[in-house]
Amino acid sequence: MEILMAFVIGILFMSATYLMLSKSLLRIIVGTGLLSHGAHMLILTMGGLKKGAAPLLGENAPSYTDPIPQALILTAIVISFGVTAFFLVLAYRAYQELGTDNMDRMRGTEGND
Amino acid sequence: MINFLILPILIPLVTGVLLIFASKRIMLQRWIAGISSVIAIIFSALLVQKVRVSGIQTLDVSSWEAPFGITLVSDMMSALLVLTTSIIAFLCLIYSFWSIGEAREKFYYYAAFNFLIVGVNGAFTTGDIFNLFVFFEVMLMASYVLLVLGGKKAQLRESIKYILVNVISSALFVIAVAYLYSVVGTLNMAHISVRISEASQGNPPGIITVIAVLFLIVFGLKGAIFPLYFWMPGSYYAPPAPILALFGALLTKVGVYSITRTYTLFFYHDTGFTHQLLSFLAIMSIIAGVIGAIAYWDIKKIIIYNIIIAVGAILFGVSAMTTDSLTGSIFYLIHDMIIKAALFLLAGIVIAIAGTSNLHKISGLIKRYPGLGWTFFIAALALAGIPPLSGFVGKLLIVKGGFEAEHYWGAGIVLMSSLLVLFSIMKVFINGFWGTPRAYKEEEKVPVGKMLIAPVILIVIAVFYGVGSEYVYPYISQAAETLANPEIYIEAVLKEY
Repeated sequence: MEILMAFVIGILFMSATYLMLSKSLLRIIVGTGLLSHGAHMLILTMGGLKKGAAPLLGENAPSYTDPIPQALILTAIVISFGVTAFFLVLAYRAYQELGTDNMDRMRGTEGND
Repeated sequence: MINFLILPILIPLVTGVLLIFASKRIMLQRWIAGISSVIAIIFSALLVQKVRVSGIQTLDVSSWEAPFGITLVSDMMSALLVLTTSIIAFLCLIYSFWSIGEAREKFYYYAAFNFLIVGVNGAFTTGDIFNLFVFFEVMLMASYVLLVLGGKKAQLRESIKYILVNVISSALFVIAVAYLYSVVGTLNMAHISVRISEASQGNPPGIITVIAVLFLIVFGLKGAIFPLYFWMPGSYYAPPAPILALFGALLTKVGVYSITRTYTLFFYHDTGFTHQLLSFLAIMSIIAGVIGAIAYWDIKKIIIYNIIIAVGAILFGVSAMTTDSLTGSIFYLIHDMIIKAALFLLAGIVIAIAGTSNLHKISGLIKRYPGLGWTFFIAALALAGIPPLSGFVGKLLIVKGGFEAEHYWGAGIVLMSSLLVLFSIMKVFINGFWGTPRAYKEEEKVPVGKMLIAPVILIVIAVFYGVGSEYVYPYISQAAETLANPEIYIEAVLKEY
């Protein structure tokens, strides 16, 4: 199971990197989304993939799954959801204002363009 | 009084929420924001005194005991940084009243401002590594809003790059925490330190070094160290002066604080590779920053590159890991927060008067604005660390610590950099303030006297911090003591260990 997860995470990171290296802003945002998915899967894997028990069943439970990674992922998902929403709105606004979504044409600062 | 240390986080949070509802009533917003930041200053000062008298303060949130719940920890270093943050926040706020403009004030400027302070104070206070990530995100989210507020073309363009860099570094942060959790099985920083010590008996596992470097990358991206500072000159160039002062004084310092915390609390067992790397990157940051500061003819750019130099100097002190160098680093860290805020605010006045930040187009300001000129001059001297002023003691201790740890080259470069810093900032003074006065279009509209209040107060603080360093020293050395001996921190948080 861990090996399978490692492949999944690797593929997610790979596609995220590929998308973020492209010039179109929308692809970059999708890339950041995939990157954070990869990171969340990594937390899940790193916390240990046990099967067959609920996170917590009282103090005398015979077995349980570590609930902390799930809590961490939940927090991280909410944060990345907020950031992605903000990023999308910003991208749209920037497209209206600058008339382009091509990162090549967003270079430079006021001083030297 | 055990709930004391959460107040510098709670006060701006409640204020921020209130301000959202009062967004169209500017005077009301100013009063609420102003009063709440004064209260925050008072409580942070009381907190510093409390820590001085009765040692490290901890708060187990919701009464979940230390290694299981989220713990807030206020040792001397974080208490001092929280106090500095509160003071700078108050002064930037006052400065904003006359410079930020009605449009921004009506669109949640003060609310975002307060949320930024929540994030910064939270990051300084928390004792839980994942909670640190959450406070980083709070701070970043507010900084995105502040950076883009106003919607000018340059702001939109730079915000996109800034957000992208920070999203990637946040993902790396989550990854680093995941690795760390799989190795040590805990998130409480004191507990992590204990577990790493247990795991490192004799032969520290290689994964700890990997995690250390990963943390260095994450915090280095926020703190703008050598290869990772590329985003900063562009992004910090876009927003107006008070926001720039907040970013320059606080945001990068949160990264520096986090590096200091993790490298003195977690990764101090095997300093061979990690601290050598940190020291190398610190020196490279100084060199790269100096090159930028000398090369540019733009007042904002020069000061922005000076942030990178300061970050390098502080981290060089941290990497040497002697008590002296750590004391110097904390001294210099607080000095740098105060003086960078002052310089950015002063630069903001210059830019408001001249309508440009290009030094070729500014000259002779001291004739008409002597107060501005002399304040800038003192700030410049303090930045370079001319003896009675605030930069001197910190740099002296950093260099001394560097020599003690036998980093002769590094300490030499820190010393040399002071001269070049002085050169870069004097270039601003000579070109901008001397020479023949020019007429500027917008200059009548600028309330220079009122805008000078905040930077003058900051400079006065900086002068006292330098001249009265004898009185400040006990506080700073208590902070360095905790950094040099992690057992104190661990004992205060976990009690039974």
